[in-house]
Amino acid sequence: MIAFSVNGEPREVTVAPEVPLLWVLRDHLGLTGTKYGCGIAQCGACIVHLDGQPVYACVTPVGSVAGRQVVSIEGLGAGRIGAALQQAWIAEQVPQCGYCQSGQLMAAAALLTNHPQPTDEQVVAALDRVLCRCGTYNRVRRAVHRVARPPTKQA
Amino acid sequence: MTAPVRIDRRAFLRLGASGGGLLLGLQLPAPLARWVVPAASAGVGTAMATPAEFVPNAWLRIGSDGGILFLVARSEMGQGVMTALPMLLAEELGVGLDQIVVRFAPADPAYVNIRIGRQLTGGSTSVREAWYRLREAGALARTVLIEAAAARWGIIPATCRVERAQVLHPDGEQRLDFAALAVAAAALPLPAAVTLKPAAAWQLIGTPAPRLDSPDKVNGRARFGLDVRLTEKAVACVVRCPVFGGRLRGFDADAVEGLPGVIAVLPISSGVAVVAADTWIALQARRMLRIDWEPGPAAGLGSAALRARSAARLEQAGTIVEDQGDALTALAAASTRVEALYEVPYQAHACLEPMNCTADVRADGCDLYVPTQDQGGAQQATMEITGLPAAQVRVHTTFLGGGFGRRLEQDFVREAVALSKALGRPIQVVWTREDDLRHGVYRPAGLNRLRGGLDRAGRLVAWQHRVVAPSILARVAPAAVADGVDRTAVDGAVDLPYAIPNRQVQYRQVDSPLPVGFWRAVGTSQNTWITECFLDELAAAGGRDPLALRRTLLQGRPRHLAVLDLAAQKAGWGAPAADGRGRGIALVDAFGSIVVQVAEVSLQAGVVRVHRVVCAVDCGTVVNPDGVVAQLEGGILFGLTATLKGAITIADGQVEQGNFDTYPLLRASETPVVEVHIVPSTEPPGGVGEPGVSPIAAAVCNAVFAATGQPVHSLPIRLRA
Repeated sequence: MIAFSVNGEPREVTVAPEVPLLWVLRDHLGLTGTKYGCGIAQCGACIVHLDGQPVYACVTPVGSVAGRQVVSIEGLGAGRIGAALQQAWIAEQVPQCGYCQSGQLMAAAALLTNHPQPTDEQVVAALDRVLCRCGTYNRVRRAVHRVARPPTKQA
Repeated sequence: MTAPVRIDRRAFLRLGASGGGLLLGLQLPAPLARWVVPAASAGVGTAMATPAEFVPNAWLRIGSDGGILFLVARSEMGQGVMTALPMLLAEELGVGLDQIVVRFAPADPAYVNIRIGRQLTGGSTSVREAWYRLREAGALARTVLIEAAAARWGIIPATCRVERAQVLHPDGEQRLDFAALAVAAAALPLPAAVTLKPAAAWQLIGTPAPRLDSPDKVNGRARFGLDVRLTEKAVACVVRCPVFGGRLRGFDADAVEGLPGVIAVLPISSGVAVVAADTWIALQARRMLRIDWEPGPAAGLGSAALRARSAARLEQAGTIVEDQGDALTALAAASTRVEALYEVPYQAHACLEPMNCTADVRADGCDLYVPTQDQGGAQQATMEITGLPAAQVRVHTTFLGGGFGRRLEQDFVREAVALSKALGRPIQVVWTREDDLRHGVYRPAGLNRLRGGLDRAGRLVAWQHRVVAPSILARVAPAAVADGVDRTAVDGAVDLPYAIPNRQVQYRQVDSPLPVGFWRAVGTSQNTWITECFLDELAAAGGRDPLALRRTLLQGRPRHLAVLDLAAQKAGWGAPAADGRGRGIALVDAFGSIVVQVAEVSLQAGVVRVHRVVCAVDCGTVVNPDGVVAQLEGGILFGLTATLKGAITIADGQVEQGNFDTYPLLRASETPVVEVHIVPSTEPPGGVGEPGVSPIAAAVCNAVFAATGQPVHSLPIRLRA
């Protein structure tokens, strides 16, 4: 049995320690917001936060997260930055098919947690980990900047 | 404007037959029960209670509980139909997008795409096909609701109007909710004709609307096919022959059977399936199977041999598809002749959500939960395997994690249905990324010879284009290529908008062991690259500016000129590009829209960097402006991946690429600034899902040509060091 926290709640699973966190989240815990896209840490659709840092769940053995804190897209909105990013995503009308957006949001949230005022280069470097086949990159980038440097309010 | 009612009333009539004309009972009539979409494929919103309903047509249900349900009969794969189609219906019905619940429609003849003749999403047709149908459907419902209200008030219907799901009395005081009118409206006859709103009265069409699917796509709730969770579901992964066209000789499952969580190992038509309790177990067990394949005739074939096959065809005359004037004589008489060979590789769709389908086959019916672009095809494939009648095959469409034409195929549906039938339980077939890239249907590789001739004054007088490519239609609709011509292979090569007096286009089919399929923008995705690049070669040969040459060839075509001029102006065409940079321009007229793109590039150490793309579009009347912009932005980046990144190649009859490390997609750091400008228009809508893809490769390659003087003749761009 492996015990860890997911989105602030204690969870226990009985699986082999080498099973990737991705499949534990999706198949054992019913949290399907974290996506499978490549299985080799290339596309970033599976990015979650492990103790606040972005990791590829598809190559993270569940045994390695025992006793640690996992946040997935389902828990993102509970935090201030996550909720702000979700609003910015809607304001910029980012998603198309939407499949990669969990990974985009989780990568962006980790960036802003570590660098509240990132440079554009830092934004692009963080987003470079997540592939989008629909081509939403420019809107993702604008949405991240919208949170980092909110547009000035109209009187 | 009074438009004839063209909508299908079958749904209403059928309802009348089963519900006795009036829908007073609380029980859902059988035909409507099929429309209640289970939570597994839920779209936006919550399930709606269904007491007495007004069901004027197949797309709309208005309940006496206040629920207004729209059924969207096209697949949402990112292109925004889940928002744009409800906008059309809501505009005429007189409701806000915030007042409706949207669900995906089941498979039913009522939802056939009348531009295609089948219930499918493709060809950038969704808004074009719905433009009259859905507005008329909304207007028809509005007309009947007004009649019901007017009758209750004892006044003339024409004095009433509708606003936010209420009928308003001319006294300015009284109003009736649609909910309160649903029962009365259901008892009224449908009008023979309806009046559509004039454009000046539109409140939704032409105004940017936030996508209805955005909220669920930023919090993980949107359900894609892979997210379907059914009780008793098992997961299947299939090992398919790595060599195209190979067959199964036998397999040894000893190492797998009996492993904890492994449920079954069985051969199916596409390979050997491992069925397990969860995805990871299935993936692990699959690797332990030992399979003996008969590789078949493609064994030993590689990309070089396939290219040689095409090159041989290129020396043979093809079937003449377009013949205007006398191209051969004009070429012979031309004072300047240019000839070039253009080559495109196979490409994969690489939808970010790998292929999958969940099927639940029982004796009395089958439920499919599937991200598909072709509900009609999915239903048909299921009927063939199970022997069930159409009425017992229920297709529940989930969100699609990308489509791009790949999800017009039924290979993943057939696997799930066959396995569920064999095992008597719900089965979710899951493809890996490697499965997806190695067992796809691919954009056809092509070899093209172009010849052009200029007269003494530098005018373009002759054009000849021979296309050699495998045929998509030969696989999916053989009767359509009986005359030797696959129209999808020459789209973008024929019917060019340019005034070229003598032109000939030929097509020559070549066999391919790789199955080829519809890939976003299809023939125009490569032929636009070829024709627009060759046009720049001819411009250079004649000493003409590429924009000026196009303007000359487009005289008398004001829509094309307006798009061309807008893109050129916004891109600063004519002003010198920054040091080391080049600009290129390209145009396409496809899918009912005209798109022009100007790319600005630089070259660093032999690598092309695209800095900026300016795009102008005339797509007729715009329904959701931000949706149009998003589709063009996305099309440009989709096309850039094929321009700059990888290709599908084969060795020993097998695809060499397997994942995103060997088949890379464009990333954020490689993404240019993209600007989209819309030319205002009152024409009917054109398509926007695909035409944004078509010109980008040419715009980029023409920019490289401008910067280096070297034309690009093969994709992806590989510059000489």
